Amino acid sequence: MPALALQTFRLSKHFGAFTALDQVSLDVRPGTVHALLGENGAGKSTLVKCVVGYYRADEGAVLIDGRETAIPSPTTARALGIGMVYQHFTVVPGMSVAENLLLARGRVPARIDWRAVRAELEAFMATTPFRLDLDARPLELASGEKQKLEILKQLLLRPRLLILDEPTSVLTPQEADEVLGALRERAHSGDCSVLMITHKFREVSAYADDVSVLRRGRLVCSGSVADSSPQLLAQAMMGEGRVAPVTVGRLQVAAPGAVRLQIEGLRVMGDRGEEAVRGLDLQVCSGEIVGVAGVSGNGQREFMQALVGQRPRLAGSVTLEGRPFHARRAENRSQRVRSLPEEPLLNGCVGELSVADNMALREFDQSPFAWAGWVRWRRLAARARAWIEEYGVKTQGEGAMIRTLSGGNVQRAVLARELSGEADLLLVSNPVFGLDFAAVAEIHGRLLAARDAGCSVLLVSEDLDELLELSDRIVVMSGGRIVFQTPARDARRHELGAWMGGRHETAAAPQERAA
Amino acid sequence: MAGSRNWQPTAEAFALPLLSLAGALVLFGIFVALGGRDPVAVWRLLFVGAFGDAFSWQNTLQRSAPLMLTALCVALPARAGLVIIGGEGALVLGGLAMAGLPYLFTPPAGWIGTLLLLAGAAAAGACWIALAGWLRVWRGVNETISSLLLAYIAIAVFKQLVEGPLRDPASLNKPSTLPLAESLRIGSIGSYDVHWGLVWGICLCVAAAFWLGFSVHGFATRVAGGNPRAARLMGLPTGRLVVTACALGGACAGLAGGIEVAAVHTNANAALIAGFGYTGILVSFVARHQPLAVIPVAILFGGFGAAGSLLQRRLGLPDAAVQVLLGFAFVLILASESLRGRLFTLPAPLRRRTSIAAVAGAR
Ligand SMILES: Nc1ncnc2c1ncn2[C@@H]1O[C@H](COP(=O)(O)OP(=O)(O)OP(=O)(O)O)[C@@H](O)[C@H]1O
Ligand SMILES: [Mg+2]
Repeated sequence: MPALALQTFRLSKHFGAFTALDQVSLDVRPGTVHALLGENGAGKSTLVKCVVGYYRADEGAVLIDGRETAIPSPTTARALGIGMVYQHFTVVPGMSVAENLLLARGRVPARIDWRAVRAELEAFMATTPFRLDLDARPLELASGEKQKLEILKQLLLRPRLLILDEPTSVLTPQEADEVLGALRERAHSGDCSVLMITHKFREVSAYADDVSVLRRGRLVCSGSVADSSPQLLAQAMMGEGRVAPVTVGRLQVAAPGAVRLQIEGLRVMGDRGEEAVRGLDLQVCSGEIVGVAGVSGNGQREFMQALVGQRPRLAGSVTLEGRPFHARRAENRSQRVRSLPEEPLLNGCVGELSVADNMALREFDQSPFAWAGWVRWRRLAARARAWIEEYGVKTQGEGAMIRTLSGGNVQRAVLARELSGEADLLLVSNPVFGLDFAAVAEIHGRLLAARDAGCSVLLVSEDLDELLELSDRIVVMSGGRIVFQTPARDARRHELGAWMGGRHETAAAPQERAA
Repeated sequence: MAGSRNWQPTAEAFALPLLSLAGALVLFGIFVALGGRDPVAVWRLLFVGAFGDAFSWQNTLQRSAPLMLTALCVALPARAGLVIIGGEGALVLGGLAMAGLPYLFTPPAGWIGTLLLLAGAAAAGACWIALAGWLRVWRGVNETISSLLLAYIAIAVFKQLVEGPLRDPASLNKPSTLPLAESLRIGSIGSYDVHWGLVWGICLCVAAAFWLGFSVHGFATRVAGGNPRAARLMGLPTGRLVVTACALGGACAGLAGGIEVAAVHTNANAALIAGFGYTGILVSFVARHQPLAVIPVAILFGGFGAAGSLLQRRLGLPDAAVQVLLGFAFVLILASESLRGRLFTLPAPLRRRTSIAAVAGAR
């Protein structure tokens, strides 16, 4: 059987004085899907990075098929048949999908016969559950598509052990089902073993055979999925003393108020010179969460970027409280606009700067944090420490570079910056990508609390469940336009799915259901 | 809190440039040995010529003054995310403004006049580099290429004017402008043979460090340079910040030209085009675009320049031999970036890889 057995023996890893992994002994049986759970910052990524040789463990050993094996670098791991899909994207942004796939194979011939390669890639793609345009560049792809490309890159290598670090956090539940179903099939047929990090219990119970839980660098439980339950796992993740927070209900206290954000005829250019947003009209009232549903790549990314000022607008008007809004700094401040971008490290942070610097980005130029053109770093650092405490950001101090934080903790740091203080308009994209369930509940709670305080929230998410749970009104975006809208309480999943899938193209005219 | 995470980046910041410089010296030794000279004598002369005695120190400091300013012309735009290599152009335009402005009006005598002319020199340099930044931000032209091409244009303009309309009829075989009035020149510091330009250079490096580290505008510039997307999300005027950083850098290089004219050449002539702008690129990269680090690095490279003439006199090496050393240094500095973050972990994987081979062989 080609599938590999993986064991780690008392693996430890320290970052300075901080212990990220403490004597972890994990056992992945060949031909199974093994799920790895844990809070943000528990050390899951660190563990798998030690296995593939991205980090060097300080103590302990890795056993492949029962034999102790030194894996000094990811290249060695690849040679052994171990593939890894990292939590952060590793595709080359400026090269096409085909070029990225070719690169992943490692050996690139001196002269590339593109016709043969393309035919081969097309054939390969047909055996997988995803379809991607071979000529698209990752720069232009939505997160979900990039994630698919990452997985494709690894599948192309026919790995005998596939490690995936939160592969589904950027996929819709339907996509996740496809991907995980395909992986489980491969595993059970003995082609490869799968070690998968996730935050979603649903995926664990539906697709994994075994499950292990890490807490603060320690392996706290490990066993068959059949013997566990989400409650037990949650308890193991959080520790004995702490109880998981309950999600606040979606109940809306007051009816939405007056229209606050008004978008008319918005047109935005995509990365390839095509029109990605084509005449979009939308209104958001105060005290309302409007959820934007859609299959990724239908202009949501460009739409949000244009709203927050990261992308120029071709045409159309955006008004906030009746005044034109261009997302300038002064406007953001006076109209109290905040935003949570997707992939916060890429879109909302400066990776090389410290946590405190990044937390300061909104207010470093205004009193009381600035005086006569000078930044008062000490005050900002004190506030950063308070936020780190309040939002539970796991970091080695406010002076640590933000890109050394775990994925979920970067998200929390951004959250602290954007959600503290009162906002009148929140522009949110996929806010819970890669967060553990406690953090998800917390963020959802904060969004709802903001809504109840009268804030308008525009929420773009690829996760329909999230939209149904949070939104007051759901609109469907397809082909760069809003094609359907409905109050969330009347929304039906299959109907939304049909509109997302492009039903408007077959229907005579976009119809709208009365509220 | 202490530990590998905190000391490693700092140690690397020092170790990488030092190792690259050592490597460059070794390669330079091999190079001169191939030419039949004794490398040990060359290394010794390099040191003696740069820092051996009071005379060489004065020579070294004299040369390091413009290097500090031209290095800032690379460092400041770099912190805003742009790679500007056209400091030479800003420098010659600054020199031209210094010598040329008195043709247009009679500046008041004394230090007020000098300051006025220096302001003109700085403005000339600022405009030139800001143009490269502007082309980048609003027209999408690669700033590295455009700044280099703009430097060639600046040099051509300089020569055209100095050899044409501004030429002093008395300058026969070395076309120059009219000399600057005695009272407008920049003198030496006390009894040393080092002019006040050194103080300008050091003060501006310190000021730049303060600006970047502690001012609202400087921090905004670093954000725009570190991640333009995040800067736009924050509503920062990224384009304006970038162009301003370019203008500030260009002003420093323009000032360097003005000071060279007022303190060394006393008029504008082709000797001003001595490559300070290009060596400044090297200085800034070695200093990792940190204004405070620019000061010692500029002194080191000023020393190499000073040693060049000694190599020529004692060993008969051509004056340009030092350029070879600088070339080696530049290539190694750029290459050393690929080791950043891995310098201290590097030996271990190498060791392990051999042990795998040993195990495989044993089996
Ligand atoms: N290169 C590094 N330098 C310093 N500390 C690090 C580094 N990488 C990770 N850490 C720390 O180690 C801890 C574990 O990080 P890790 O990325 O493994 O978490 P995780 O379990 O994958 O969390 P998430 O679910 O948020 O991705 C974190 O507290 C993080 O700050
Ligand atoms: Mg992780």
